[in-house]
Amino acid sequence: MATPTLDKEDVKPEAGFADSPYITITLRVRRFNPEVSADATWEDFQLEIDPKERVLDALHKVKWDMDGTLTFRRSCAHGICGSDAMRINGKNRLACKTLIKDINPGKPITVEPIKGLTVLKDLVVDMDPFFQAYRDVMPFLVTKGNEPTRERLQSAEDRERFDDTTKCILCAACTSSCPVFWNDGQYFGPAAIVNAHRFIFDSRDEAGEQRLEILNDKDGVWRCRTTFNCTDACPRGIEVTKAIQEVKRALITRRF
Amino acid sequence: MKIHKYDTVIVGAGGAGMRAAIEATKRSRTAVLTKLYPTRSHTGAAQGGMAAALANVEEDNWEWHTFDTIKGGDYLVDQDAAEILAKEAIDAVLDLEKMGLPFNRTPDGTIDQRRFGGHTRNHGEAAVRRSCYAADRTGHMILQTLYQNCVKEGVEFFNEFYVLDQIIVEVDGVKKSAGVVAYELATGEIHIFQAKSVIYASGGTGKFFKVTSNAHTLTGDGQAACYRRGIPLEDMEFFQFHPTGIWRMGILLTEGARGEGGILRNKDGERFMEKYAPVMKDLASRDVVSRSIYTEIREGRGCGPEGDHVYLDLTHLPPEQLDAKLPDITEFARTYLGIEPYTDPIPIQPTAHYAMGGIPTNVEGEVLADNTTVVPGLYAAGEVACVSVHGANRLGTNSLLDINVFGKRAGIAAAEYAAKSDFVELPENAQELVVSQVERLRDATGTERVAELRKELQETMDANVMVFRTEQTIKTAVEKIAELRERYLNVSIQDKGKRFNTDLLEAIELGNLLDLAEVMAQSALARKESRGGHYREDFPNRDDVNFMRHTMAYREVGDDGTETIRLDYKPVVQTRYQPMERKY
Ligand SMILES: Cc1cc2nc3c(=O)[nH]c(=O)nc-3n(C[C@H](O)[C@H](O)[C@H](O)COP(=O)(O)OP(=O)(O)OC[C@H]3O[C@@H](n4cnc5c(N)ncnc54)[C@H](O)[C@@H]3O)c2cc1C
Ligand code: SF4
Ligand code: FES
Repeated sequence: MATPTLDKEDVKPEAGFADSPYITITLRVRRFNPEVSADATWEDFQLEIDPKERVLDALHKVKWDMDGTLTFRRSCAHGICGSDAMRINGKNRLACKTLIKDINPGKPITVEPIKGLTVLKDLVVDMDPFFQAYRDVMPFLVTKGNEPTRERLQSAEDRERFDDTTKCILCAACTSSCPVFWNDGQYFGPAAIVNAHRFIFDSRDEAGEQRLEILNDKDGVWRCRTTFNCTDACPRGIEVTKAIQEVKRALITRRF
Repeated sequence: MKIHKYDTVIVGAGGAGMRAAIEATKRSRTAVLTKLYPTRSHTGAAQGGMAAALANVEEDNWEWHTFDTIKGGDYLVDQDAAEILAKEAIDAVLDLEKMGLPFNRTPDGTIDQRRFGGHTRNHGEAAVRRSCYAADRTGHMILQTLYQNCVKEGVEFFNEFYVLDQIIVEVDGVKKSAGVVAYELATGEIHIFQAKSVIYASGGTGKFFKVTSNAHTLTGDGQAACYRRGIPLEDMEFFQFHPTGIWRMGILLTEGARGEGGILRNKDGERFMEKYAPVMKDLASRDVVSRSIYTEIREGRGCGPEGDHVYLDLTHLPPEQLDAKLPDITEFARTYLGIEPYTDPIPIQPTAHYAMGGIPTNVEGEVLADNTTVVPGLYAAGEVACVSVHGANRLGTNSLLDINVFGKRAGIAAAEYAAKSDFVELPENAQELVVSQVERLRDATGTERVAELRKELQETMDANVMVFRTEQTIKTAVEKIAELRERYLNVSIQDKGKRFNTDLLEAIELGNLLDLAEVMAQSALARKESRGGHYREDFPNRDDVNFMRHTMAYREVGDDGTETIRLDYKPVVQTRYQPMERKY
């Protein structure tokens, strides 16, 4: 006998996760392809889907069964690689972490590229400015003196101090939900600050002052107006606004 | 078309590629070509940890680790390589810590360690705490830390460049690497990268299965590119099925969950692993646990109305422990299943996880053209390669280790080779194969659809060459794959454009998967024994007399253009460990 496999259609409801019937949804996608037209347009796709599936599954159904030209980035499909941040029903989310049933599938589901970065094709944006801001905050451990032979010691509490900001997957959901960033692409944006925070508050690091100076710039942390959009958008549950506040406080007190 | 010249070109920016890049960039002019932005690589999905006998929390040493690796691999491991892996593990972890990796800490402030399947004290006495970890996102931290250090070292990346062909040239009867041909996603432009050294670090090939922990992009491009140019593939029949994938979806729930005390239960609530592995129980090696799960399912003790899965039970663990040690996987259960792991068990099934086989290399990362001949200038490291440190079954936490140890070794060796070598002259029309492939697909008008063929491939692989195999099931797969390869010639795509044409690339990736699936199935058919991840119900025992040897699969093209696979074998390197029966 071969390995048992599963035929989705046959699966019946089970306590704990009742199976739901397939439903018909409308996916309303913002399309743009400069090889075809200079203008972006909305296009509707109707499809059958199990509401427990992800928006990414819906996009795949369109791409694989209906329109192969639909273009988006994705890889891991479970919220770990940061490829597929997009605006879904007006909010920044990862398509692979958003279940259809959680976003009111009775109405058309809108899917657009994240804002503030140049759209290259459909849901694909130019990520280079985003990664440039990240690189500008010196996102690497800096230490002085001789390397120890074994590991550097760090207490569990010191390790915990920056735990939250180590979770970042550089998806840009935060930065591209920030009204300050929309108005001025020069602003470092929340993600870069989150990654500076990750090192500023690491007890092993010795370049905190330098990073703070970088963020003291006119395009640095002071541009933040604490709208909390970034915290709401972060698929990793990072308290982005709090991290920014902590960096601001460190700039004033020079204690971190 | 553009031509670039670098000393060293690295294909892939996952853990292996970036670890190599950090070394190669210090020593030579290096370019990293990657189809994903580096931080999107699937190394970031690894959860549980990285093995090293640091002995921070209890007695341990690298010799025990070597033994466990060899036994875990069911004695198909090359023992010299396993020894290097275990010995260099300690520095590999310390290197990462010094680069900034935020490991979890012990009360003394040293790197904390936890238990993982198959890792034992004193040759199997009891489970040992050997896995260094950062919560359940160790791979994420490794990927981020390596990328951060690439930024620090100024590594040059070509992001969203797909390497589609390996250039091999024969010079005085010796096959040499001259460079690679790549396709730029943003523009559709073809690039030739002439290089003295090329390192493949392009990851695994799990997407030929349906239920898998692997990313959509793990399509074996590197293996396929080399194979098509006459490089053999080693031990492709050995694929690991991880016991705990989320039911139906395949998303991984780390073995660390069992390391923290999680228990597998059948529909009667019974802790069934006690029957199959009395000492290691839920922490027996992965092949053993996956087979045990399917045995329970077949014998009618599976859970759910279809009886097609079992439970991973974490409910007896304190919520604080789950929050601190397993935050990500408990969130996966909440997000994708709507289940609260504090109070409810999680439905799981084995998921296709890891390719033990791949491009054959020696311990310096040099690629082999046959059992002994090195291809000058060609290297491979990480999941794409087969050193072989994993043999017939990889132990958990040994891959994050592998990518660091052999990524570093390959990076140094490739750059040093480049420093003392000249460029190999490019053949005329080096880009020809890729250009014709791309043009053929863009112009094709056939009736077959990529998504449909891929689905059929995945279904046949899941049904016929997964945890249990027989001659009959494998033959069914072989026939189906042949049919799909035939139909693939008639495939067409809808996107005919140049910009970000992922429709085109999915078609090319499917071609790679089909080639590799065929190699896997043929290699599995010929191995008439059961060993590690390869389990033949018609030959349920290990057969050291006839099969204590690596499979080497070669692509042969006849005068009339017909392609066949020729199987040959390579001896296993044995140093001090004699094969024993494997019990946990
Ligand atoms: C969910 C999950 C959990 C795991 N957990 C653990 C664990 O706890 N411990 C452990 O030891 N191991 C674990 N593993 C295994 C381990 O993570 C992988 O084997 C390892 O990370 C592979 O690293 P890599 O560098 O070889 O490949 P990857 O990280 O997959 O990187 C591949 C790279 O190649 C590039 N690439 C691919 N094709 C091309 C092409 N055609 N052209 C250009 N670039 C290309 C990609 O862009 C990517 O950058 C886990 C695996 C999975 C899937
Ligand atoms: S902070 Fe959150 S939203 Fe912002 S880039 Fe990182 S993971 Fe994405
Ligand atoms: S596809 Fe990786 S985060 Fe969504």
